[in-house]
Amino acid sequence: MSAAVELVDRPVRVALVGAPNAGKTTLFNALTGSSAKVGNYPGVTVERREGALRNSPRPVRVLDLPGTYSVVGETPDEEIVEKVLAGRLAGESELDGIVAVLDATTLRRGLGLLRELFKTGRPIALVLTMIDEVRARGGKVEPSRLSALLGIPVLGVVGHRGVGMDPLFRILQEPWRWSKPVALPPAPDAAARFAWVDEVSRKIGAEALEPDTRTDRIDRVLLHPLAGVAVFGLVMLLLFQSIFSWAVPAMNAIDAGFGELARLSRAALPGGWLTDLWTDGVLAGVGSVLVFLPQIAILFTFIHLLQDVGYMARAAFVVDRVMGWVGLQGRSFVPLLSCYACAVPGIMATRTIQSPRERLATILVAPFMTCSARLPVYTLLIAAFVPHKSLLGVVGVQGLVLFALYLLGAATALGSAALLGSTLLRGKPSVFYMELPPYRWPTLRLLAKQVWHSARAFLKRAGTIILATSIVLWGLLSFPRAAPDPGRTPAESARANLEASTAARIGHALEPAIAPLGFDWKIGVGLVASLAAREVIVATLAQTYAVASKEDFAGLRDALRADVNAATGKPEFGLPAALALCVFFVFALQCTSTMAVMARETGTWRWPALAFSYMLALAWTASFVTYQVASRLTA
Amino acid sequence: MQPAEKRETGADGSISLLALAVGARARIAEPLAGVPIPRRLADLGFVPGTELQIVRRAPFGDPIELELRGYRLCLRAEQVEALRVLPA
Repeated sequence: MSAAVELVDRPVRVALVGAPNAGKTTLFNALTGSSAKVGNYPGVTVERREGALRNSPRPVRVLDLPGTYSVVGETPDEEIVEKVLAGRLAGESELDGIVAVLDATTLRRGLGLLRELFKTGRPIALVLTMIDEVRARGGKVEPSRLSALLGIPVLGVVGHRGVGMDPLFRILQEPWRWSKPVALPPAPDAAARFAWVDEVSRKIGAEALEPDTRTDRIDRVLLHPLAGVAVFGLVMLLLFQSIFSWAVPAMNAIDAGFGELARLSRAALPGGWLTDLWTDGVLAGVGSVLVFLPQIAILFTFIHLLQDVGYMARAAFVVDRVMGWVGLQGRSFVPLLSCYACAVPGIMATRTIQSPRERLATILVAPFMTCSARLPVYTLLIAAFVPHKSLLGVVGVQGLVLFALYLLGAATALGSAALLGSTLLRGKPSVFYMELPPYRWPTLRLLAKQVWHSARAFLKRAGTIILATSIVLWGLLSFPRAAPDPGRTPAESARANLEASTAARIGHALEPAIAPLGFDWKIGVGLVASLAAREVIVATLAQTYAVASKEDFAGLRDALRADVNAATGKPEFGLPAALALCVFFVFALQCTSTMAVMARETGTWRWPALAFSYMLALAWTASFVTYQVASRLTA
Repeated sequence: MQPAEKRETGADGSISLLALAVGARARIAEPLAGVPIPRRLADLGFVPGTELQIVRRAPFGDPIELELRGYRLCLRAEQVEALRVLPA
């Protein structure tokens, strides 16, 4: 056979095609081991996973196509599948064979996809997964009978236990030897396809499965009108708690580790801007990337675990109605909740939202959720300027202000989602459908691998941008420098250097724009610096006020209170300006890390640019109103 | 509001799937003229003649969990309402 001769010279290429939850990922991991390379298809945010077939004498590249119920492209995922199968995607070489991966418990749906794959005319093999579940439910799996009916090779496997894998490894090396499908009359539409599916199903006895009683029993509790909502609340509370508190020790350790590394470097290296670049630019930048890892690891462990077990779809089922009110979906809930810790992992978590429109809407409103980086800013300003009193003797005013700020963020996120749905993202809502798969035990190895992939994707694609911007911001805050003066204390010379820097010049230049909000140039510098990360404004203010360190919270609070304008003799900064600044932080997208992740997840800088602009406009307007109203009320 | 006819019994005896009781079985009927079954749902196995059942409604009333072809999925009420079924 001439095709065989030609194929010796290049790797064999096969693709796995199947529905979500069909066990495709488990199968892919079993086939390729640790060789998988994860990337993106050019121009879209669809993940591309490819690996080399393990222990194969002939090189075989296995492509894991996105999970799909259909090969006609409506979503970006399906478009990729359609184009790759047709050999029409630039940069992808022709496939030598297609491996259809079907869950053996849902053949009466899955065979419809297989029928569509027949149209490609390429060699096809069928892999039936979850055959252990079929047996447990009193069914029979007879690959040879199915093979005789379909004409193509059919194998049954239990992917995570390695059952039935050897023959699969063998046949994948030689797709051109696969037997051809039987000749079938054309099936122009779904009705014709499924008429064929029903006929095949009858012949192999696929209808005889007993109901999955375990899933039924669990669902009676987890989807119960009352108990279901309670369980949902508990799971979300646990998730919230884990990313909010459990990640903190690891984040602090990373922070402290890099601080210590900077201190050691400074002690060992000669003074000068090169050392500063290393310690305050590079080390601080790498630290600011790595500090996200604990949250990302914990959040994605949760998400993948809930996904693998089957609860993620149930959680979305429970909360879908509520999210639907603002044009989002049940699956938007977990990403938005995660944003209370940090928008970076939250936006990454939107990958679980299948429909592209709702996913984009969720990404765009995510930065409004009050992330933990805003908390130090709120705490400082509230402690410094909001009276330490209580209303009616029970509710503390300071706590009330903090709560109001959180509420304002969440309300704006939901309101913006509704607004986006009726303006920018208007159109026919995508047909909402979501499979509720049977509950299944997770496999730890797969879980670990999925979490590792998420972490690596963040480090590679967002990490580099975050590192670069933090070095640029360091440059803005450090150059040009003030003339050295040995008479100054370290804190005073830090202040002098900051005042001479480009960032200070930007702060002064910003003054006319931010004066109506009650901010002076010092806040302007802080706003510029906080582009690296919101909480950086606290450190920058500490530097501006020549407070020894950002840890000297009381010192900074008192310095802010005591700052008096030399010309007017009035306090530079009071309650109205403090409230305005808090409100500014509620709305503004002061976070280049979030923008980097947005760009990576949407595939373009257009969306982060748009989000930055409208959030800035909103922040300015809201701060202006807050300052003007509060000034009049307190006058 | 949905057109009133979606709620009514068709000439073939079909009703809207939304009118089917939880737990009751039915077969998907031919769609009403002008309201074809969305292609996406057809790909998922929603074709005339297919037997299905409403398993439950979500705690807040929507979406609705269905069983057909040996698997379960949920759809929102508006899509469920547009599907015509013949009660068994």
